[in-house]
Amino acid sequence: MDFNFSEEQRMMAGALRELAADLSSGERLRAIYDGTDSADRQRWDALAELGLFSVLAPQGSGGMSLTDSDFILLAEEAGHAALPVPLCEQAGVAVPLLAELAGGAADSGTAAALAEALQAAASGASRVAVAHPINPFTLAPADPTHWLVCNADTVRLLEAREVKAVPEPTADAGRLLYRLEAPLQQHGVTVRGAAAAAAAARAAQRGALYAAAQSVGVAQRLTDIAVSYACERVQFGKPIGAYQAIKHHLANVQVKLEFARPVVYAAATRVADPDAGAQAAVSHAALAAAAAADLAARTAIQVHGAMGYSWEVDLHFYMKRAWALAGSWGAHSFHARRIQALVCGGELTLGPGQTFE
Amino acid sequence: MPLDLTFTPQQQALRAEVRAWMTAHVPRTPLATLEGEAGFAQHRQWERTLASGNWGMITWPREYGGRGANLIEWLIFEEEYYRANAPLRVNQNGIFLLGPTLMEFGTAQQKARFLPRMAAGEEIWAQAWSEPQAGSDLAGIRATAQREGDQYVLRGHKIWSSRAAFADWCFGIFRTDPASGRHNGLTFMLVPLRQPGVRVRGIRQIHGEPGFAEIFFEEARVPVANRLGEEGQGWHIAMATAGFERGLMLRSPARFQAAAQRLAHLWRSHATQADPALAAQVAQAWMDAEAYALNTYRTASRLMAGGTIGVEASLNKIFWSELDLQLHGTAMRLLGAHAALRAQAPDVVQDAGWLEGYIFSLAGPIYAGTNEIQRNVIAERLLGLPRG
Repeated sequence: MDFNFSEEQRMMAGALRELAADLSSGERLRAIYDGTDSADRQRWDALAELGLFSVLAPQGSGGMSLTDSDFILLAEEAGHAALPVPLCEQAGVAVPLLAELAGGAADSGTAAALAEALQAAASGASRVAVAHPINPFTLAPADPTHWLVCNADTVRLLEAREVKAVPEPTADAGRLLYRLEAPLQQHGVTVRGAAAAAAAARAAQRGALYAAAQSVGVAQRLTDIAVSYACERVQFGKPIGAYQAIKHHLANVQVKLEFARPVVYAAATRVADPDAGAQAAVSHAALAAAAAADLAARTAIQVHGAMGYSWEVDLHFYMKRAWALAGSWGAHSFHARRIQALVCGGELTLGPGQTFE
Repeated sequence: MPLDLTFTPQQQALRAEVRAWMTAHVPRTPLATLEGEAGFAQHRQWERTLASGNWGMITWPREYGGRGANLIEWLIFEEEYYRANAPLRVNQNGIFLLGPTLMEFGTAQQKARFLPRMAAGEEIWAQAWSEPQAGSDLAGIRATAQREGDQYVLRGHKIWSSRAAFADWCFGIFRTDPASGRHNGLTFMLVPLRQPGVRVRGIRQIHGEPGFAEIFFEEARVPVANRLGEEGQGWHIAMATAGFERGLMLRSPARFQAAAQRLAHLWRSHATQADPALAAQVAQAWMDAEAYALNTYRTASRLMAGGTIGVEASLNKIFWSELDLQLHGTAMRLLGAHAALRAQAPDVVQDAGWLEGYIFSLAGPIYAGTNEIQRNVIAERLLGLPRG
């Protein structure tokens, strides 16, 4: 039992923070929001160069063979930066999904195709969108090369030209969402049956986990911005952060945030398990992190006053990311209903000593 | 291994050992409330039973009545303790607050004198911090300790002193330098309550029992050997004690996990008539108890790796006190007309103690430093906001 992250895990997160400060600076986010950015490929390649897409891929596929516990801090950093690249969907969802499907494929043709797709995704050579019934809209990288389309008991790998996707512009310009047109053409590589269903379920678990980690990151960013503003802005002769009304709002955010963090980290250690405990852990992470991000966003804009309501202050980029994350991979209602069923329905063993069971 | 959330075989063996012992020893019928005289005596007896199994305070070194256990092992012990529905710890002021403080600041003689009797439940401790004019503003303390030879003479009035009505000893801070003000000139003293010059008057709490007391020091004498640390070091030591109180040990997560489990059972027995929205509150109580447990394991891991607990203690205190209130408030709403029935009422929901639990939870945001003070501490010392 050791809840500490290793030096390597923290260093990897630190490297992403440094890179993201540049790739996802306020200036660059502003350009994306204003439609004057053209650096999508440059950002993608920079993340690929750091090896970030390959963290969860097996060594044989050019990956680092690391675990969700190793990726979780990276996802947090992606949220902290409001990274305008779907790093978590590619590296945290698509890559492990492809690895699982390739490992369990029944015929050699399918296995080879999936292995090839895995290698390409892990290196960043391909850009994969993962469509899942839990998401009415699919987050895709700019100019995607492939789509992984999950359904109840099939997962299909398609090339981008085999998919008709309708853009759905959202408040967060750093995330490109699409609605897939149904029915899909009968193309691509398809995995069916129990293996596909299990893999699709795990993909949704990972999607929700990494959305939660990003929410924690964005909540921390919003809090940092609000604290720094409260130290600078002077009213009635004092920085507004000297007043208890402001202090208590910000302290409440910090409490929520600090108690969401370990929930997210613990969920990372069991996200791949198919049991009720893992489902509860992920839904708990999703709800706690979204609640922290929501409170952080509302507090940050209140602390900023009218300034926070203006386009020219960066605050809204992070607030919009918090909204976007709250609606992805099972929004509030999905996770709240799932956890209520588990806790109130008696399916989950409750009580002391069950936390890690 | 980093972020490894599994128990070792030794840890699992400890769990099995605690479980077996608790199964054999926890009283079958709940004890009377420890806020009253009869219940206090029963709880004192339970402490002796615990000590007979060497379970008094397992994290302490063996020489002081402990088992040299680490914090993860302590959490396992606590989980099994609450799983067995064992009685509340009447000596928590001693084992969880003064004990760690003595470990850090006490002399070898003080440790040898006080710790084993604390672990054995032979001496029960009360706190003596607040005064009528010094509550949240604790630095306004006026009670004095005047040095006379190898003794101190104590004068003053302490109040809201938990457990003091029936305890044997108290610890608190007194002004040793009469010219001093605020945080300076204060000294940490260990004082026998049953001695000439000390008058204890119980104060009935809203549940009707004397859960705390006021203490009048009328030229009570204590030997210099009962001074913890140096003269003038009292504030510093008291803040360390307060850190232990808000931090890791006072409210172990298992307590809330056990209560959340009971709440889920309560929901199931009321689900057909209950407001469906209360299901969300039940789930929230479970989640918050789990979050508190996870954060406690995280803190324990950090401390075991050489870290310290500082301002984070204030985050903990706010979280567990609000969680307790939310949890018990949900139970009260679920119980409806049954909620206000006292334990002796014929139609009370048996063995639940929801009313007592709810009343106790109301105190959480107040004691150990009000949550408003904790928010100031978080804002100023963790977030770095300017002082008011």
